[in-house]
Amino acid sequence: MRLEARDVTKRFANHAALDGATFSTAGDAGVVALLGPSGGGKSTLLRVLGCLLVPDAGEVLIDGETLPHDEAGALLARRRNGFVFQGYNLFPHLSALENVALPLRCVHSMAADAAEARGVELLARLGLEGQEKKRPAEMSGGQQQRAAIARALAPRPRLLLLDEPTSALDPVMTAEVLDVVRELAEGGQQIVLATHEVSFARRVADWVIFMAAGRVEESRPAKEFFEAPGSTLAQQYLEGLSRYR
Amino acid sequence: MESEKNNARPEVARHLLWGAVLFIAVGSSLYFAFSAVHYRWNWQGAWAYRQEFLRGLGMTLLASLAAMVLSMLFGVLFMLGRRARLVPVRLFCAGVVEVVRGTPLLVQLLVGYYVVANLFGLDRLIVGIVVLAVFEGAYLSEIFRGAVESIGASQRESARAVGFSPMQTYQHVIFPQALRRALPGTTGQLVSLIKDSSLLSVIGVEEVVQKVRSMNSAAYTSLEGYLPLAIAYLLVTLPLSWWARRLEGRFAYET
Ligand SMILES: Nc1ncnc2c1ncn2[C@@H]1O[C@H](COP(=O)(O)OP(=O)(O)O)[C@@H](O)[C@H]1O
Ligand SMILES: [Mg+2]
Repeated sequence: MRLEARDVTKRFANHAALDGATFSTAGDAGVVALLGPSGGGKSTLLRVLGCLLVPDAGEVLIDGETLPHDEAGALLARRRNGFVFQGYNLFPHLSALENVALPLRCVHSMAADAAEARGVELLARLGLEGQEKKRPAEMSGGQQQRAAIARALAPRPRLLLLDEPTSALDPVMTAEVLDVVRELAEGGQQIVLATHEVSFARRVADWVIFMAAGRVEESRPAKEFFEAPGSTLAQQYLEGLSRYR
Repeated sequence: MESEKNNARPEVARHLLWGAVLFIAVGSSLYFAFSAVHYRWNWQGAWAYRQEFLRGLGMTLLASLAAMVLSMLFGVLFMLGRRARLVPVRLFCAGVVEVVRGTPLLVQLLVGYYVVANLFGLDRLIVGIVVLAVFEGAYLSEIFRGAVESIGASQRESARAVGFSPMQTYQHVIFPQALRRALPGTTGQLVSLIKDSSLLSVIGVEEVVQKVRSMNSAAYTSLEGYLPLAIAYLLVTLPLSWWARRLEGRFAYET
């Protein structure tokens, strides 16, 4: 897929979370990694790409198609994406299975038994066999994130958007979740991933967008970026993160 | 789940036991207090009015039940109104809630009766029920609002992310979770409603307090009417509280 942003600006109060972000990926980018220091605008850009937020100015294109700026259009566009946030994704009053099946029935008009079958299938694929009836509070953080990924994947989204899906997890659970993401990437799922797991990004990403202070500092093929980051900011960022791993 | 069910029986037995102990303690202290002040009971006088009493109790229950259903409806409407995107709707609902909560129910009932009922030729019972429902609904709306606003931004964002429309978000995500958080406050408010229904007597609705008052003046009794009255209220309100606690237990999914 080709992602493009032209002068995208998004302000909160008088702070610009995105300050004229501009980039364009290659047309065949499958996994795009958003890297950069905290507060740099990764989450905001991800929300704009997923139509959860409408920018104040500028436009975003996915495969040449401009994202809608009206709420009705944004709702339809959102329904074609899957989202996973850092934590608290699941609805705590519903079982893992119901978390997956409810949107399928209500949003994607799937029949109840088909939705349930799809939910069971996906939870099993993500290693959650036998956990279908559990409420989120009864599952570990890693299981919760995998259930959230199952829910995001259930309607076969065009784009899977992941916002630091492992930053609230311990290393074991992080590995659990990253394994799943890697399998999805290898299976051809198109993914945009904001993360601080640089070595993981290096393994799975085709393209890197490096952001700082609401601007895109670099937008390059992942291989080039990791071999020789162009900006000193990116160099410092990578060095800082790899110091202890 | 299973163990909860097995524990339910001894739990109920223990509650009943404590209830009996409490009842005997309160009963005997009342008894000694009244014999100390040489209160002269006239239970025959009161007994003669038992049918009137029951009729009044029936009226209280009817009015309370109708007002409860209506007040929940008003509560939800005011709450939604105060969260509406349109500023005039928001201001109007906030204004109504503030005025209703800031003025005595007594005054609202009298205004409702002398102005609204006379103007439109409405039945006093209907007007009473509606005024009571609006009054309690204003309080309920604040309880509901607190519960709805306590459902965090991350839940709303998740709901948007799975593609729920605003309506679906309320239906599937916010209401089910807010319901549980609103339950304790709502029960308290409904208990208040039952007690507040005694004020309907000021517009001539013959509910149970009114019946007891007329009995007292006719039969020269007083506590012989009021003590059974208190017990009758407890018989209605205690099961309500008990039932609400059971519901809370059923919705306890967070821990
Ligand atoms: N909903 C919001 N309200 C106010 N400020 C926000 C909001 N979302 C993000 N910001 C601000 O925008 C900036 C960029 O945030 P974010 O996109 O979350 O960065 P990142 O994900 O790279 O850490 C931060 O300074 C953050 O405080
Ligand atoms: Mg972020």
